[in-house]
Amino acid sequence: MKPILEVNKICMDFGGLRALDQLDLEVKSGEIVALIGPNGAGKTTFFNCVTGIYAPTSGNIFLHDMKGKSSSLNGLKPNKITEKGLARTFQNIRLFSEMTVLENVMVGCHCRSTASILGALFRNKKTVQEEEEIVRKSYGILQKVGISEYVNEMAKNLPYGAQRRLEIARALATEPLLLLLDEPAAGMNPQETKELDELIVRLRDNEGLSILLIEHDMKLVMSLSDRIFVMDYGRKIAQGTPAEVRENPVVIKAYLGDDS
Amino acid sequence: MIIVDYLKKSFFVAIWFMFLTFPIMVIRVDSIEGIVEWRWQNMLLVGIGSFILSLVGRYIRIKQEKAARSVQKGRVQQLKSSLLIDPKMYLPGLALISLLVLVFPFLFSVYQTNIMTTALMYIVLGLGLNIVVGLAGLLDLGYVAFYAVGAYCYALLNHHFGLSFWLALPLGALLGALFGIVLGFPVLRLRGDYLAIVTLGFGEIIRLVLENWNEFSFGPSGIANIDRPNFFGIDMSLNESIIALYYMMVCLVLFSIFMVNRLQSSRIGRAWIALREDEIACQAMGIDKTKTKLTAFALGATWAGMVGVIFAAKTTFVNPASFTFLESAIILSIVVLGGMGSIVGVVVGALVLILLPEYLRAFSDYRMLLFGAIMVIMMVFRPQGIIGNVRKSYLFQEKKG
Amino acid sequence: MEYFLELFFSGLTRGSIYALIALGYTMVYGIIGLINFAHGEIYMIGAFTALIVASVLTVLGFNQLAILLCAGFAAVVYSSAYGYTVEKIAYKPLRNAPRLSPLISAIGMSIFLQNYVLLAQTSDFMPFPALIPEFEFMEPYAHIVGSSELVIFLVTTLVMVLLTLLIKFSSIGKAMRATAQDKKMAMLLGIDVNKIISITFVIGSALAAIGGLLIASHIGQINFYIGFIAGIKAFTAAVLGGIGSIPGAVLGSFILGWTESFATGYISSDYEDVFAFSILVLILIFKPAGLLGRDKTKKV
Repeated sequence: MKPILEVNKICMDFGGLRALDQLDLEVKSGEIVALIGPNGAGKTTFFNCVTGIYAPTSGNIFLHDMKGKSSSLNGLKPNKITEKGLARTFQNIRLFSEMTVLENVMVGCHCRSTASILGALFRNKKTVQEEEEIVRKSYGILQKVGISEYVNEMAKNLPYGAQRRLEIARALATEPLLLLLDEPAAGMNPQETKELDELIVRLRDNEGLSILLIEHDMKLVMSLSDRIFVMDYGRKIAQGTPAEVRENPVVIKAYLGDDS
Repeated sequence: MIIVDYLKKSFFVAIWFMFLTFPIMVIRVDSIEGIVEWRWQNMLLVGIGSFILSLVGRYIRIKQEKAARSVQKGRVQQLKSSLLIDPKMYLPGLALISLLVLVFPFLFSVYQTNIMTTALMYIVLGLGLNIVVGLAGLLDLGYVAFYAVGAYCYALLNHHFGLSFWLALPLGALLGALFGIVLGFPVLRLRGDYLAIVTLGFGEIIRLVLENWNEFSFGPSGIANIDRPNFFGIDMSLNESIIALYYMMVCLVLFSIFMVNRLQSSRIGRAWIALREDEIACQAMGIDKTKTKLTAFALGATWAGMVGVIFAAKTTFVNPASFTFLESAIILSIVVLGGMGSIVGVVVGALVLILLPEYLRAFSDYRMLLFGAIMVIMMVFRPQGIIGNVRKSYLFQEKKG
Repeated sequence: MEYFLELFFSGLTRGSIYALIALGYTMVYGIIGLINFAHGEIYMIGAFTALIVASVLTVLGFNQLAILLCAGFAAVVYSSAYGYTVEKIAYKPLRNAPRLSPLISAIGMSIFLQNYVLLAQTSDFMPFPALIPEFEFMEPYAHIVGSSELVIFLVTTLVMVLLTLLIKFSSIGKAMRATAQDKKMAMLLGIDVNKIISITFVIGSALAAIGGLLIASHIGQINFYIGFIAGIKAFTAAVLGGIGSIPGAVLGSFILGWTESFATGYISSDYEDVFAFSILVLILIFKPAGLLGRDKTKKV
């Protein structure tokens, strides 16, 4: 079966520093894949390359959709990549803080809707219907991720865990094929983490989403992922099922240092 | 004890400002005659003034810090938002205001109607700039350039070809938008602070070109005897046409409010605000950054172009001196004072800033001083403006999941 | 040839003045990432203070050297004090505010200071006494380069050298560089970041005051508006060289000075300001990092 995301030998240089070195990675349809590694290993840089915030120095990134259509993501602007079906969340939460929770999700619907300036000014039937549809859809997503109680709250006033969930909701609104989560459980307590675990599994099972996540919480990673990629110093040092990775001496060394 | 401490601090602030303003406020020299004038009373004024301001500033700071901690704030906010949202609360007020607006020319003199027309023009300018600065978060310091484009569009076409006002109005708007796109396209890739200075540069370039390109724009002497707008082919006296223009401006203001209101709660409007809040997250939502910025820039310019045409028709005379950076600054302070992103805020801001100096003569000399101070004070103490923006709420009937 | 040399030296003089102002922009930008729109006004206030002090002392009958020194001292002290105060009032409370807020505050400050001087003094041009003496040994070359032009260039060079030494070798300079790199880290290492920012404003303002004094004496008249134009041009120079970079600001200033000088000399003087603005617009569009600046990668 063809993977949904295929990354071939991607490199990213910052000046003289090589942040990503010949990295290969693939995510199959309906899979939950984790990307782990020590701080500074280049995980977020990898996300930024895939989502178009950085242009990779070399290498190829492909997205293969369900209908078997393939498209290269190299050199595309972030918004184009989102349109192709790749959505992400941010490690340091980047919500639209002066907008309400619902509006945050409605912004996510932008690339799946078409109303123009003229439509906005004259409010023709199509625009009104589309707007109603956006509101309905956004509220549905809020219910799905379990934060619909905050619907009219300002995003900045949300509790921390709910902000992380709102990031996911907003990404879902772009109707992605593949969801990239950058440390979704950071700063969450065990209870919240458990709920997040359930949410991610639910998204995969009910929505047919594929998920690639960066995470430091090993318990979550091990219980959640089908496969794990391990990075260190910009390279992939291991990959495999949770059980394989757990036993891999290279991984243990990378995490605990040379002395162990 | 704490009060004594504040008094002491404010006292030192006063001493510092007396020192700081000493040469410029106290001494005035006439170097040709060789006379030195010492104005010690100014030093006293500065001392007292800065003492009081420093105390007030500290007081506001403490209150703000307290409010940030307590829940009380939420309730005040609630009341204010219901005042703006709940029809029962604002409809009577609105009815009263509409009545006043309608009968204004009959209650007051032509002179005052004329001033009111100016204020209305600034409301529309403010609403236009509000799209760019308030909603999309792009600091445009050359907004007046588009205003000049509109004004010269009508002035030149009327001078050379006798083009009528009513044709020039949409043309000016279109030309404003066109200039917005042409100027916006190269600069919108820039970061916020660079954008500010480049737009300032563009504004000045356009003014300088108008000033120096005599063959095209008649240079500093400008263009005179521009036709006033003709209403339905009726012959009107000067006074009548001023009143007619007033009513036309009222219509334009209503039209603009209607338009901007629709825009800001639309898909495009949400994209603007998202862009203002966080560019990177905005792009990650699939929003085309450049296109979104460009629409904001062009739409803002459209309004400036339109008001430019009206300005030329109202004064029947244009020259480059009307389009300096200070004009941009005035429009910006209207937006800042009223509240960035808030329509009601812009209306209030324009009325306060344009009418106050006209009616309180004492203020008129200190007008620009006041505008500068307002920008600083608002940013430091109340960045959301006197009337902050209220986001739309949605009600859902469905049972919660 | 003589005309060329004359333009060359007048460009050098312009460039020197721009450099003195541009350094303030670039240092402040380097340290808090803010375009200090009010910086041009600090320069204007320096010139006004010098004018006022010089005029009072002239009336009192002091000799020229004493007047020059006193006026220079007063200009530097007062500009620094204004720079310090402006930072405390308009920028410090906004350290963590959204990016637009300090910018708007800075523009407001600039407008406020302009009108403050306009109201307290006059809107007319005021004649400025020639504080820099005409040297006898310069007389044969006077049609190409004036004594004051020579002094301006020498003083600027001296100031640049001192500033470079200060930033490279003194502990304040090191603290400034550390703060510019990473404010949080600098704070953790025990650097008083607020103090360093204040010092940066003070140094920048002092340089601008020297520029204000020199140019006012050279041109012979000032008004409240000189700071606005000079400010934008110096900012252009700073951007041209790469904002945040001190050698860049100097390089950019001289390039701008010569461009303006030759363009007005050979093309047209009507569009003097248009040249500077066009350079600004072009450089920001095509090479926003400037000649000596580094491209910054955005952090996500």
